[in-house]
Amino acid sequence: MKFFPLIWTSLFRRKVRTLFTILSIVVAFVLFNYLSAVRVAFSMGVDVAGSDRLTLIHKVSFIQLLPASYKERILAVEGVDAVTHATWFGGVYQDPRNFFPQFAVDPEGYLDLYPEFLLSSEAKDRWLGNRTGAVVGRSLADRFGWEVGDRIPLQGTIWRTRSGDTWEFTIDGIYEGAEQGTDTTQFLFHNAYLDEANALGRGMVGWYLIRVSHPDQAVAISTAIDERFANSPFETKTSTEQAFVQAFASQIGDIGAMMTAILTAVLFTILLVSANTMGQSVRERTSELAVLKTLGFTNPRVLSLVLVESLLVAVVGGGIGLGLSWLLISQGDPTGGLLPAFFVPPRDLVIAVGLIFFLGIASGILPGIQAVRLQIVDALRRS
Amino acid sequence: MTENGAALVQVRNLHKVFKRGAERIDVLQGVDLDLQSGEFLSLMGPSGSGKTTLLNLLGGLDTPSDGTVTVGGDRIDKLSAARLSRWRARHIGFVFQLYNLLPVLTAERNVELPLLLTPLSRSQRKKHVATALAMVGLSGRSKHYPRQLSGGQEQRVGIARAIVTDPTLLLCDEPTGDLDRKSGDEILDLLQALNAEHGKTIIMVTHDARAAARSTRTLHLDKGTLATEGHDR
Repeated sequence: MKFFPLIWTSLFRRKVRTLFTILSIVVAFVLFNYLSAVRVAFSMGVDVAGSDRLTLIHKVSFIQLLPASYKERILAVEGVDAVTHATWFGGVYQDPRNFFPQFAVDPEGYLDLYPEFLLSSEAKDRWLGNRTGAVVGRSLADRFGWEVGDRIPLQGTIWRTRSGDTWEFTIDGIYEGAEQGTDTTQFLFHNAYLDEANALGRGMVGWYLIRVSHPDQAVAISTAIDERFANSPFETKTSTEQAFVQAFASQIGDIGAMMTAILTAVLFTILLVSANTMGQSVRERTSELAVLKTLGFTNPRVLSLVLVESLLVAVVGGGIGLGLSWLLISQGDPTGGLLPAFFVPPRDLVIAVGLIFFLGIASGILPGIQAVRLQIVDALRRS
Repeated sequence: MTENGAALVQVRNLHKVFKRGAERIDVLQGVDLDLQSGEFLSLMGPSGSGKTTLLNLLGGLDTPSDGTVTVGGDRIDKLSAARLSRWRARHIGFVFQLYNLLPVLTAERNVELPLLLTPLSRSQRKKHVATALAMVGLSGRSKHYPRQLSGGQEQRVGIARAIVTDPTLLLCDEPTGDLDRKSGDEILDLLQALNAEHGKTIIMVTHDARAAARSTRTLHLDKGTLATEGHDR
């Protein structure tokens, strides 16, 4: 601690250079955290997807509908614990830019399969008793300032009513997420309402969600289900929810690999910038380091002074960067609904802290060795 | 003299050879020297005669090619780099021609530097720094940065830094070489007072005969050997 004033003053001998270096580290770690959040968002909750849940879709395409009658047949497969279904609605609220996912579901079955959607028993009862009722996630409600009891009109783009394309819903409840990554941007309403009121026909659903008794038998059960519907007009493709979400996310490219590539480039550049700053700083202080050694500062002590100095730059810059990114990310999804799970997982935060220390040590080690190798007599002669 | 009666500094058959490519330069060629405690020795000689090299060897900044250097009973030519660093911190105070103060530190912080290597508490360090600055007459300049001081004042801070740990030996390399005559005289007055009133043992390298005249003994180095014994005051 008694050496701190010496380190601190050395750090700011060239204020502008040090500030720019710190600033570049700030930007690097804001980017690191922000892109981590984007990566998580694009994985669409793969990490939090249930391992005991399967998703069944039409074998041809995700957008092809399936008969509602499949539910009982799926339930009859050994190892299947529960089955529910959902259908993509794709309505517009006020403006096409106000995108959010809307699903027509079987309320009881859906809430049973998604225990991470926390809905009060009063709200659940209200919803079950109201055919045109809907429940919405907390993020979605906050986004539009919706409250329980509000009437929400949605323009159907796929589904039309027999009297037009406006569907009216009443918000019966707002669900919270049990985990940080739980999607709280969904708009859920009765499939019965869609089935009865739409002009396209009845008895069809979008996809099935299946809970299995033993997650380790998921593959065998998936195969058994698909075999059951083989050679029918509606052949199926069943996979675990994680695999399904992963496949869906990968349709827009391997976001994780792209983010990792960008971050590696950014951090490597920052490492060079920071190491260059420390190198310059040490070179400029050749005679001063020689004086310190003359006074009796040992080589390990001189090395630690240089390392602490570079660590300080990294910790100050990285700390500010992480703080700023936290502020930015805590504002929520920057796209207003396209990236529902927008947060930095704790594992990435730990990696960020590790990278800060790595940056500090790595950028200071070569200048530190340079300082250690400094010959007092030569350095004093040059000064 | 040390407690057992030996000279404080004993140099025997000291050699220092530098190699520059294939060229071999014998800077010191068998120097013998005894210095008693409380002496103020001036080392004079032309440029390249080996004065500063001898001073560096006496201060443990460099290692001899051959011969022995004993200071206060310690054979410093045998010490490892780490032990030599610790030995310097305890026993040697250096005064440089160009002061070599750290520009980012105030006068008191510069003087405090050698004390950071001691187990003294912050308040004890402050006390020692205040005493050293008072001894060189700069109590009122403790918060000034080197750029805010004159050359003579900077050198006084350099001397305060050299004496703050109460070292066994004070080594001064051309301490007045970068000063005008008046400031130089003040520095010499100060060194003389440290020797006469506080019993400091001092070795000073100088080109200036007037400066050397302030010391109690002068030795002349020429081509790496001690040529003549100067005056004894």
